[in-house]
Amino acid sequence: MTVNTCTAADVARKVIEKKELFILDVRNEDAFEDWKIEGQKFEYLNIPYFELLDGVEEILPKIPTDKDVLIVCAKEGSSIMIAEMLSVEGLDVCYLAGGMKSWSMYLEPIKVGELPNGGELYQFIRLGKGCLSYMVISEGEAALIDAVRFTEVFTNFAHEKGVEIKHVFDTHLHADHISGGRAIATATGAKYYLPKADAIEVVFEYTELADGLTVQLGSSKIDVGVLYSPGHTIGSTSLVIDGKYLFTGDILFIDSIGRPDLAGLAEDWVGDLRETLYRRYRELAEDLIVHPSHFMKIDELNEDGTVAKRLGDLFVENYGLNIKDEEEFRTLVTENLPPQPNAYQEIRRVNMGEITPDNEAQTEMEIGPNRCAVR
Amino acid sequence: MLKADIQLDTKGLACPMPIVKTKKAMEGLVDGEVLEVQATDKGSKADLAAWAGNIGHQYIGTIEENEILYHYIRKCSKDINVEETFENTISIEEITGRSGVILDVREEVEYAFGHIEGAISIPMGELDARIKELDMDKEIYVICRTGKRSDMAAHKLANAGFNKVYNVLPGMTAWKGELTKNI
Repeated sequence: MTVNTCTAADVARKVIEKKELFILDVRNEDAFEDWKIEGQKFEYLNIPYFELLDGVEEILPKIPTDKDVLIVCAKEGSSIMIAEMLSVEGLDVCYLAGGMKSWSMYLEPIKVGELPNGGELYQFIRLGKGCLSYMVISEGEAALIDAVRFTEVFTNFAHEKGVEIKHVFDTHLHADHISGGRAIATATGAKYYLPKADAIEVVFEYTELADGLTVQLGSSKIDVGVLYSPGHTIGSTSLVIDGKYLFTGDILFIDSIGRPDLAGLAEDWVGDLRETLYRRYRELAEDLIVHPSHFMKIDELNEDGTVAKRLGDLFVENYGLNIKDEEEFRTLVTENLPPQPNAYQEIRRVNMGEITPDNEAQTEMEIGPNRCAVR
Repeated sequence: MLKADIQLDTKGLACPMPIVKTKKAMEGLVDGEVLEVQATDKGSKADLAAWAGNIGHQYIGTIEENEILYHYIRKCSKDINVEETFENTISIEEITGRSGVILDVREEVEYAFGHIEGAISIPMGELDARIKELDMDKEIYVICRTGKRSDMAAHKLANAGFNKVYNVLPGMTAWKGELTKNI
């Protein structure tokens, strides 16, 4: 039997189309527990490669022959070795090219909305990390929201669409992933926007993303409205595009809400978070479609693989928006917090421009799951 | 550099090769010997520790110098089960604050990664040659990792005429106090 290669893009299609897949993850148990490829119909077997050095006979009965089998490791070397061993035993398997490292980096663009005069809205889903970035296109011009660091994905996409990137927004200073915003703006000549309150320590020039600012995109003048919505960070800001789409950054997700502690100030910012979620957002139109900058669980994906929901529905369904008691809310967002993301303090320093690690080091920093939310 | 019986160079090799080579190299060691694995693959640390734990070898620790990882693993065979026979024993909880000396007979590298403050290091294999360094008039509390090597060392000392010797049980695996490191 031959050993086949599966790319991160192939696996992404299986996640989005909710296909079945059997994953044999040969990383060590801690790494698997911490972070794995999530799919609604995926099955898993975790056996570290170093337990299989003497042969794979023992695990053969555990590997199905009636569904696709994917072998996964950190970078790919071990998965190739194990895939070859299984292949010798007569199994038809494939391994994930580039391993979890490439999974962490892969972005899948999906169209999530229409704008007047042929304008479009795209969501870039980073399945391996739970990051969501956006491109708004209108009449030859594009704006980006919370772009991750794989800048060429966005510049190439803009090129394919024949549009020019004019505005690049970061809704806040990110702590869980490295922003590509500044690099894209530099490369394209676009304006880079960041909320001032989050930018106190940054070492570069930026345009202030301030409450009430409006930016226009394309000749038909799509409105980008800016709404100050602190709580995840002190500067966290939301965007409303064309009066239809609400970009909540890391303040409000589909099935969870933002955590206020990643800049070390949970106690101080919990009041802001409450104010944003329970007052400022309540004043908005319920028909706005919420587009967050993260998802936590694969269940948050819609049927078509997108991550978006009507604001009015979230007011009903999202637990974090339905805690009447302020003390209870305070406890939830200051005490029940998940572990902080890998290297989040260093990531903040990269995003402030204080340090500029090489690509390899940036990849290492971003390894692991997204942990921006509380629920 | 810490002392090891055999060095293995896996620098520049990516996963799974550091572990594959380590496994092979361990076959050439006799029980109790220490292998130093030099590696540049960052993932090798967690994987080697987990692999050694599964096999039953003792993962001693890792140091990093100039981007190179030095892993230390001591070969242990699971099936060897020697009963301790030295009669004069003391529990590890009772040794603090006593007069006399603590004699740590583990390998130098095990001692380096963590020992009881003030303990003297004479690895089991060097004890015959260095027995004169010890003071016969003092109480000697002999300790190793699990009580086996210290049992042998205690017998050796008794045979050499030392009569205030204790084997500390169960050994460093049960030590809950502070660890002093020389790394």
